Amino acid sequence: MDGPHAVGYARSARGRIGAIARYSALVLAALLFLLPFYLLVRNGLASDAEITAPDWTFFPTTLHWGNIGELFDDPSVPMAHSLLNSVLVSVVQTIGQVALSSMAGYGLARIPFRHANLVLAAIVATLMIPAAVTFVPTFVVVSSLGWVSTLRGLIVPGLFSGFTAFLFRQYFLSFPKELEEAARVDGLGHWGAYWRIVVPNSTGFIAAIGVITFLGSWNAFLWPLVIGQDSSSWTVQVALSSFMTAQTINLHELFVAAAVSILPLLLVFVFLQRYLVQGVAESGIKG
Amino acid sequence: MSGRDVTGGDVAHASARDRRRARRHGRQRTWPAFWVFVGPFLAGLILFTFLPIVWSAVLSFFDAHNTVTPTRFVGLANYVDMLTNSDFLASLGTFSVFAVFIVPTTVAISLGLALLVHRLRFARAFFRSVFFLPAACSYVVAALIWKLSIFNGVRFGLANTVLGLFDVDQVPWLSSASPPWYWVALVTLRLWLQVGFYMVLFLAGLQRIPGELYEAAYVDGAKPGWQVFRYITLPQLRATTVAVVLLNLIAAYQAFDEFYNLMSSARGYPPFARPPLVYLYFTALGQGQDFGHGSAGAVILALLIGIVTVLQGKLFGFGRRD
Repeated sequence: MDGPHAVGYARSARGRIGAIARYSALVLAALLFLLPFYLLVRNGLASDAEITAPDWTFFPTTLHWGNIGELFDDPSVPMAHSLLNSVLVSVVQTIGQVALSSMAGYGLARIPFRHANLVLAAIVATLMIPAAVTFVPTFVVVSSLGWVSTLRGLIVPGLFSGFTAFLFRQYFLSFPKELEEAARVDGLGHWGAYWRIVVPNSTGFIAAIGVITFLGSWNAFLWPLVIGQDSSSWTVQVALSSFMTAQTINLHELFVAAAVSILPLLLVFVFLQRYLVQGVAESGIKG
Repeated sequence: MSGRDVTGGDVAHASARDRRRARRHGRQRTWPAFWVFVGPFLAGLILFTFLPIVWSAVLSFFDAHNTVTPTRFVGLANYVDMLTNSDFLASLGTFSVFAVFIVPTTVAISLGLALLVHRLRFARAFFRSVFFLPAACSYVVAALIWKLSIFNGVRFGLANTVLGLFDVDQVPWLSSASPPWYWVALVTLRLWLQVGFYMVLFLAGLQRIPGELYEAAYVDGAKPGWQVFRYITLPQLRATTVAVVLLNLIAAYQAFDEFYNLMSSARGYPPFARPPLVYLYFTALGQGQDFGHGSAGAVILALLIGIVTVLQGKLFGFGRRD
């Protein structure tokens, strides 16, 4: 299962020492990579005094499990509402973006149209423009629609990703035509072929793109910060940021909130990692 | 590609397809179907990407304070203001320094981890997961851990505790502009978050290298290690490396989340460490709501990124087929 290059060398003594060195280096690096997660949990379960104590200790002396309940009972912190907003935004954006992009990608790849190349060029052109640079202009448009501080304003602009549409087009170009041809002979139109043949046979790719979209949507910060100007439309990221820069900080609540905010993604990570890795590989190579 | 086709025509060929369709459905065009699939997406893209860009370009020639409608035509004044504004120029400088730190270190560490993980016989999936795991963390959460736990101010915080063990003086990590200790926090935070992501790209690249190449090198007597890496692995990873550098550079240009969250406090944002997006954010959406200057800055930034991307493409041959 390893690369063949390892075969010739691995059994020698030198190879064994190399393997030990590699594993040591990796274990050390892994501990460093896990440390911030530990700190998140440690501080979430410690008291404020222990988080900022001058004589900092690696393990807190007592675990304050009550911190979790305290966070959701605190009326000055709209945590539950922000989490709900995040769930809504991420789920709708993921489903919407995948649906719209896969349809557009299918149309571009499979339905002959005289000006398809022009449409494709317009979509590819948007890839050149970094999304974050357009936040001022997009704010201008969304603001004149009256969508500032609304869920619509949070969700809708993020539904249309030229990049995702382009990925789907590339994927559908290499989708075996025979399946669709059979469907067409059986009397299905373009929609039938797409919905009953192409989509059910592309679940792996759709899941990969969906998981990546969800991750990006859940962790998005700049746009939700720009558009969420009152706390009723905060996502969990904006809420965390606001608590972080507030005058008075309830540190242990803040760390519990941060831990709660990454839970959904850790679940995605544990159960859907295969798709996540595939999605990164797909989207990175073509980026 | 066209496969077995009962009608004997090439499916990719529009006229043959039209003929076949015409036989089956009577005279029917495909453009309505095309627009059913592409139309909704394109309409959104026009409304939320093309229209904003045009509007922004227009606004950049106008005075627009506290309003998103153009009020008074000022010609190129906004551009002149931005290009002579020392704060905006300093923000470009901040980005450049950040990119100089972050791009090479990310490439080196993610490639190094990928090489180590790729050669493992046991626990490969485990290590890949551990290094990739920070990708599940947002910049906001990471900034919180960095700011309030690791690089917390003098007297507490993990970094200063560790330094204390070696009797090193405490460092005010985020509040000191000279020396700019905050770079340590900024760079390590981004490395932690993105290195695993690029490692996955490199792993995918390594998997695509044909094993015969290594066998041939072995037969030819190439020494394992540096020689094989230098003459086989590195050239084969060229496309991936170019993609990683480009993605990295664009991502560095768009740096906002960690700068905003690490540096701002209840007292506001310090005058240093403002990359372009942070500067534009405060220009357009801060106190003055100056959309004219904000738009001009966005246009300048977009042009700069465009130039860098094209130059980089020319330099590394990005997008060229091997």
